Amino acid sequence: MPTQLDKLINTVCARIIAAEPELTQLDSEIGDADHGVNMKRGFEAILVDSSSLAAQPLPDALKAAGMTLVMKVGGASGPLYGTLFMTLGKELPPEPSHDDVVRAFAAAIDAVKARGKSDFGAKTMLDVLGPVLAAISRPGATFDAVRAAAAASAEETIPMLATKGRASFLGERSIGHMDPGARSSQILITAVCDALEGTS
Amino acid sequence: MSNVGIVIVSHSADVAKGAADMVREMVGNEVPLAWCGGDPDGGLGTSVEKITAAIDAAWSEAGVALLVDLGGAETNSEMAIEFLSEERKGKVVVCNAPIIEGAVMAATEASGGSSLDEVRSVAEELSPR
Repeated sequence: MPTQLDKLINTVCARIIAAEPELTQLDSEIGDADHGVNMKRGFEAILVDSSSLAAQPLPDALKAAGMTLVMKVGGASGPLYGTLFMTLGKELPPEPSHDDVVRAFAAAIDAVKARGKSDFGAKTMLDVLGPVLAAISRPGATFDAVRAAAAASAEETIPMLATKGRASFLGERSIGHMDPGARSSQILITAVCDALEGTS
Repeated sequence: MSNVGIVIVSHSADVAKGAADMVREMVGNEVPLAWCGGDPDGGLGTSVEKITAAIDAAWSEAGVALLVDLGGAETNSEMAIEFLSEERKGKVVVCNAPIIEGAVMAATEASGGSSLDEVRSVAEELSPR
């Protein structure tokens, strides 16, 4: 009988790995076309260790997964997603309450901002993580509401002008494309919701 | 060696090696020098592991200056620095400078025995303010 953590790890990894062609396509439009391959490499490395990760307490598993992403991804998204995971691992207790999740997620977003020297509105993963935090924070938040916030906010990066990352080199030409990091964040958040809810 | 070390981090191993060749031509073996490029699978990109190894290879008690190309090279370099021991962490900087010109200028400055701060500011003079 797989544990919840086991299911969480496997669902997230499977979704990111399966999204490789889509992320590659999005990144070829406004970046250097490596986001799909990089994320796939990182999450495949997590999958290799999934049984040992799943045997650890949640904070330790998150820290270890974050470290794997830092070491294996090979692009800026490694340190960025790695920092997200490692900060969650540092901030979450082994059996987190709703309040713990809100507080830890806020801290993780701040850490990603610092790591990327960026903020909301620059057409990045932060533009999904911010609205997701807002959705999680609402009293009585549901998995549906969180998934909807992730999907809507990823769509909302399409008309945005990129001011951070490779896409910013394109200036106005970055408008009209979904940000690949926003999309991978949406996929990740949706996978977490599905695994925790049990619909994956 | 007591001169500041130089590390070149590019998405492309060819670029990093080429820049290192230009540095060597300028300063010979007077400056500890290392380079790395490519993601963990050898494609275009950067790797924290390779950057860490390059910092080790160019280590000097006077410090190490990193010259990087684009976004991920900088983010991964900052990550690699954070993973260093407390003792080493404060002696490694990422220069805000063009990678090739910055590496040659920084190494030339370092070869004269300048401090890490001096090496960094000479490289950063190349960047628009």
